[in-house]
Amino acid sequence: MKALGKVFKYGDNVDTDVIIPARYLNSSDPAELAQHCMIDIDKDFAKRVSKGDLIVANKNFGCGSSREHAPIAIKASGISCVIAETFARIFYRNAINIGLPIIECEAAAKDIDAGDEVEVDFDSGMIYNRTKGNEYQGQAFPEFMQKIIKSEGLINYINRK
Amino acid sequence: MGMTMTQKILAAHAGLNEVKAGQLIEADLDLVLGNDITAPVAIKEMEKIKGEGVFNKDKIALVLDHFVPNKDIKSAENCKCVREFAQKHEITNFFDVGDMGIEHALLPEKGLTVAGDVIIGADSHTCTYGALGAFSTGVGSTDMAAGMATGKAWFKVPSAIKFNMIGKPSKWVSGKDVILHIIGKIGVDGARYKSMEFVGEGIQHLSIDDRFTIANMAIEAGGKNGIFPVDDVALTYIKERSKKPYTIYEADVDAEYDEEYTIDLSTLEPTVAFPHLPENTKPISAVTEEVKADQVVIGSCTNGRIDDLRIAAEIIRGERIAKGVRCIIIPATQEIYLQAIEEGLVKIFIEAGAIVSTPTCGPCLGGYMGILASGEKCISTTNRNFVGRMGHVDSEVYLVSPAVAAASAVTGKLNSPEALGM
Repeated sequence: MKALGKVFKYGDNVDTDVIIPARYLNSSDPAELAQHCMIDIDKDFAKRVSKGDLIVANKNFGCGSSREHAPIAIKASGISCVIAETFARIFYRNAINIGLPIIECEAAAKDIDAGDEVEVDFDSGMIYNRTKGNEYQGQAFPEFMQKIIKSEGLINYINRK
Repeated sequence: MGMTMTQKILAAHAGLNEVKAGQLIEADLDLVLGNDITAPVAIKEMEKIKGEGVFNKDKIALVLDHFVPNKDIKSAENCKCVREFAQKHEITNFFDVGDMGIEHALLPEKGLTVAGDVIIGADSHTCTYGALGAFSTGVGSTDMAAGMATGKAWFKVPSAIKFNMIGKPSKWVSGKDVILHIIGKIGVDGARYKSMEFVGEGIQHLSIDDRFTIANMAIEAGGKNGIFPVDDVALTYIKERSKKPYTIYEADVDAEYDEEYTIDLSTLEPTVAFPHLPENTKPISAVTEEVKADQVVIGSCTNGRIDDLRIAAEIIRGERIAKGVRCIIIPATQEIYLQAIEEGLVKIFIEAGAIVSTPTCGPCLGGYMGILASGEKCISTTNRNFVGRMGHVDSEVYLVSPAVAAASAVTGKLNSPEALGM
């Protein structure tokens, strides 16, 4: 499994309220949530994002509430992978459970800039920055998490078990 | 090597004699919780699981609390979805308008959370029940769906940070100040993936409501859970409220902690978290700028309990809410609401010019019942002050205790009760 696309870059502590504000939580429709994704931190995100693009951020991405609407909105907007120095715990769990690939890598998060073209190999955890020509070793998932992601989420994984 | 309190609870629920930090385990669940925002997503997911059905209709709690009474048609549809699911599966602990309260105040009050339990909830503030010596943690809707279907969840066993409380807090210092102080000290990711264990002789001075507030905001430091030892204060509460069997777990004397902090409660002051992170804290005496309040909110799963309302009433009694301030008070459950009426607290609030609402999470997360316009400031007893949390992206939320919120409502700006000569 691989991801390839251009990068949207954010800083520390991107919280679930800016990923998808609660005023939109009266819906859980992925396409509708995607229209408002990142709106309070990057109001044109939904217009500018293309299928396959990546989000790269610094520390504690996804802190705050347990709303699964946050990774659902990101995935439905076309984002193929989120790279961060660290993720908040519930967001990390939710992303895996719905099949949104995420990867922790401090070096990548610090070096990659907005607009860079980046490729991620999920099996090895390698991240390639095609714009800058740099490579970074991210943390590959434990085997059982890889299985959940390849099944496109926990529910499919449970059904296949 | 010894185990922490959390590790012992997890080991027992995984059928293991011992667990270590970092180990992946599958644990049996005593309770699975969801609300009107997270449960509809979980229900949709659960319907995809083969062999549909719930693992135990008595061990699932569904609480309609975020957007009820419904604020719009979509919220009404979400509640309808949960209501129909609860009926279909004969869920014992389904709480609709009339019975509902804010979930993390309601479930302990109903005796559904006791010492030694393992509880997951599709709400980040599920960590609240650590006040009673339970392991409880927030998860997403898919984990909730899997939990409802199988009665199990996977966990990575957390390491822990120990907070050793000493001393007695002064009159206007409550649980909120303790936890804001701690978050200010360790940061919003200071306890990421970890247990926060609150111990020491100082906890005897913390009421059960103080402890709920402290455990509730463990998530604001990134914590997996927050937990207190089970002492007489916790046992009295559990025995009054619950018929469920409980188990007391104690940390081993040789349990390992990643870090240890000593918190001298006697030196703490009322504490404020400035926008836009809960870690941006200052003791009230260090606040030099004037913060004028447009709105004050007293309520939420963090501070909507009876102790909180009593403190607020003590300060507001005989005063007027300052001109230009909208003061919204939200008892967290029907029982607390009724108690506040019987004790005359609601009369004090209304005579002062505050409003008192039926239980709802509403304004805390910018849902309804107190949305902020651009440039407005709210001094609030809620738990998050992120950008846009309570409304417009250019609005601001200041997190405080009920005492500071009440004093700010009366004086019209961020103030401790001492500003009123109290």
